[in-house]
Amino acid sequence: MATETQVVEKLRATFRSGITVPEQFRRTQLNNLMAMVNENEEQILKALHQDLAKPKFEAILSELVILTNELHYAISNLRSWMQPEYVSKSLATRFDDCFVQREPLGVVLIIAPWNYPLQLLLLPLVGAIAAGNCAVIKPSEISLATENLMAELIPRYLSQDCYAVVRGGPEETKALLENRFDHIFYTGSQSVARSILQAASVHLTPVTLELGGKCPGFIYGHVNIVAAARRLVWAKFFNAGQSCVAPDYLLCTRATQDTLVPALRQALEDFYGTNPQTCPDLSRIVSPRHWTRLMNLLGRSKGKVVVGGESNEEDKYIAPTVLVDVTEDDALMEEEIFGPILPIITVESLEKGIEFINCREKPLALYVFSDESSVINMVLEKTSSGGFVSNDGIIHMSLPGLPFGGVGGSGWGSYHGRWGFETFSHRKACMLRGWALERLNGLRYPPYRDDKLGWLRWTASPKSSCALM
Amino acid sequence: MERQAVNRAKEAFLSGRTRPLEFRLQQLHALQRMITEKETEICTSLKQDINRSQYDTPLLELIGIENEISLAIEKLTQWAAPRQVDRNILTVSDEVYVQPEPLGVVLIIGAWNYPWAVTLQPLVGAIAAGNAAVVKPSELSEYSSLLLRALLPRYLDKDLYPVVTGGVSETQELLRLRFDHIFYTGSSTVGKVVMEAAARHLTPVTLELGGKSPCYIDKNCDIRIACRRITWGKFVNCGQTCIAPDYILCEPCIQGRVVECIRQTLLEFYGADPKCSPDYGRIINQRHFSRIMSLMEGYTPVIGGQTDASQRYIAPTVLKDVPPHSRLMQEEIFGPLLPIVAVSDMDDAIRFVNEREKPLALYIFCSDKKATKKMIEETTSGGVTVNDVMMHYTLSSLPFGGVGQSGMGCYHGKHTFDQLSHQRACLIRSLGMESVNLSRYPPQDRRRARRARMALKSPMIDLSKRTFVWAVSATIIAFGLLVTLLVILLIASGLNCTCWYWRGWYY
Repeated sequence: MATETQVVEKLRATFRSGITVPEQFRRTQLNNLMAMVNENEEQILKALHQDLAKPKFEAILSELVILTNELHYAISNLRSWMQPEYVSKSLATRFDDCFVQREPLGVVLIIAPWNYPLQLLLLPLVGAIAAGNCAVIKPSEISLATENLMAELIPRYLSQDCYAVVRGGPEETKALLENRFDHIFYTGSQSVARSILQAASVHLTPVTLELGGKCPGFIYGHVNIVAAARRLVWAKFFNAGQSCVAPDYLLCTRATQDTLVPALRQALEDFYGTNPQTCPDLSRIVSPRHWTRLMNLLGRSKGKVVVGGESNEEDKYIAPTVLVDVTEDDALMEEEIFGPILPIITVESLEKGIEFINCREKPLALYVFSDESSVINMVLEKTSSGGFVSNDGIIHMSLPGLPFGGVGGSGWGSYHGRWGFETFSHRKACMLRGWALERLNGLRYPPYRDDKLGWLRWTASPKSSCALM
Repeated sequence: MERQAVNRAKEAFLSGRTRPLEFRLQQLHALQRMITEKETEICTSLKQDINRSQYDTPLLELIGIENEISLAIEKLTQWAAPRQVDRNILTVSDEVYVQPEPLGVVLIIGAWNYPWAVTLQPLVGAIAAGNAAVVKPSELSEYSSLLLRALLPRYLDKDLYPVVTGGVSETQELLRLRFDHIFYTGSSTVGKVVMEAAARHLTPVTLELGGKSPCYIDKNCDIRIACRRITWGKFVNCGQTCIAPDYILCEPCIQGRVVECIRQTLLEFYGADPKCSPDYGRIINQRHFSRIMSLMEGYTPVIGGQTDASQRYIAPTVLKDVPPHSRLMQEEIFGPLLPIVAVSDMDDAIRFVNEREKPLALYIFCSDKKATKKMIEETTSGGVTVNDVMMHYTLSSLPFGGVGQSGMGCYHGKHTFDQLSHQRACLIRSLGMESVNLSRYPPQDRRRARRARMALKSPMIDLSKRTFVWAVSATIIAFGLLVTLLVILLIASGLNCTCWYWRGWYY
């Protein structure tokens, strides 16, 4: 069993040989990855169900379709992404070839979490392969069935010299991080991100951190409460609330709360029936430890449960739960909930709501529900977040044209679509000059004279090329 | 003191006054005025810091800054505008775009070799992107640092863009505080310290570091011109440039000619005694002077080698046949010493470069386009200039930055703006058309699942420009074919009539 260092060194030797660079190689690997996902759908769904009791529908949408979309997008755009990008020139460089060439970084490390164990492992890998890198892939040991499956399937479909799966827990991850990588892509929590960034700083390794935080859902003004409630419930309780972009808590006025709670209750009943534990469309909590963490938060909360509240330890089940009368210093507001518990906090006005959001860390996503575009624009302008969706939740992740990532405490960097390709590439600035016009160069050589400066200013200005036209 | 300045900057940012583009433009115009009005003072401070000649300063620093400011002023509206992206069928009636937003308070730590350029160019981007910025110039370029501290508050908003001066302890104090981005220019060693400090607050960083930038001279090239350009790039600012060609790689057969051409060029540029030339600089301080001197120990230069510790003067010096494992080849020289290392051919040079850390810049002098392309493809570096040195730095449309040990992130022109902005993904939907959403809600059945899958599948529903062009072309072709068919039918029926007419005529 090779050590982590041996694995990294093997990949580095492969990268140095240059086989990952040609377009054909990248395309083949991406096609193989597509085949892996398509040919093993049943097994993948089974593993996801074992790990999270993930309903087939959720798994298909949030793990398979999003992945195959990304693969299609990368495969069809790969050639154009790899082309040199010619840039505008100044007069001094008018006759030169000036372009930006995207290059692979080398050996990258992808560390995935357990909540969407396939998507969050393989979506970054698509970008890494497309950009021509080798990759060490570290799935989460908490989603064990998926980890096993990936360790079995990836070497069968992808080149074993270029992509290696490393299994294990915190110890193995620490050992991995002692090695030098050319990029580290981490999805997970802020506390672990800090130690990853510390380890990266030793080698000056650039990182992408996809973190989380508390994503607010703000309902304000005139709003179609039934539609809003349905979309909120879908976004919140998808994967039993274990999504980094799930609306963590809701903000609204007391008046809105009075109409919202019954609408939420109705939507929950429509979706999961009167006894959600028997509904096949609801996930479970990933592990007993996380179940206990959530129950602890619920127990310490001073809010009032108005929907749900039931739980079953053996089944790792927590009913979709909504609480009201939650204050900002409540237990549920201490950390990211990451579970099927939805606190509602009342605010007096739009300004107070915005202030509440701005007092906290910049979230990964911010959701605003309102029929009034002035409300939406105001929140959009006065806040900051990784992503912003009005009148829906989560769905911005499905668009490969949008960069998916956080800001501030919710993360650094982004991916999806071309953004993933750029994350794992180095943009090399290239200027190819000729031997002619050496007289023009004379302007910059000593011995210096006053009149030379005037000419230099003119040739170096970005506008001077227009002057000639 | 540092804490107070940062807190004031933060409060000023939170007041929202950097958001309107008019404010940002006003600040940029003021910065432009500062450079124009105070050019003489800036030149004087650089002369005192590093013996920079009066002409070198505009050439190397001020023109660049002025161009950056003009570009930002001209393009700000475009840069700050939302950027549309492709949609899928589920979002076809929604607004989908990326909105650049300010990050907050940016810390800019400058270096001493081009103290104005490496602090003010990032500042231009920070202002344009709508941030507040704490500027920390290097204490080693003392006069420039004090002048900046005096000037900036006179032209720019005092609270939003404070200048913090001081040494290591002040910088450490600053690094304990939380910023929304740290932009550092300097050495890799300190770069690691900055990144580690940033890790505590999960602050993103841009690191413009250095390293040994190799310069390969192919035997098939115009060696005379190559050596002129290299000599200029190497000895400007007395070699204290992050993208100066650090060392030369060439075949032994041209080594002699290279040395001669450099010797001739040095005579043209600085005269017989560079010490007397007003255009030749000095080493920044005694510590760096001693450092560079010690690198030369044990080697006899073929050009130069003269020094004067009282002036911190080191003559332009060239050393040949330098062994790859010598001290000269272990660390970034950052001074006027130019070692020549022998390689057997271009492949050997490529191997040599790839065995070492990724450099900030790579220079290739070669007349064979195919060979040049090969070298560019088989090596990696922050940037490449072929048949010249340093010029890729001057074009603001090219991203300037390192890779690996030479840095992370990039800037210049729009790249600075993007680096110091957050690209926020925005999806604006309405609460109508709820029936379309039904297929994604539970309870799930096969029919609903299939519909939802279809709606999200992008290859079928590709609204990209390429598909649009295809669709339009296909429509035009189809229309063309239809018209052709109609014309044929018309002619055929016309002929038919004519036939009948003639038949009629005959009968």
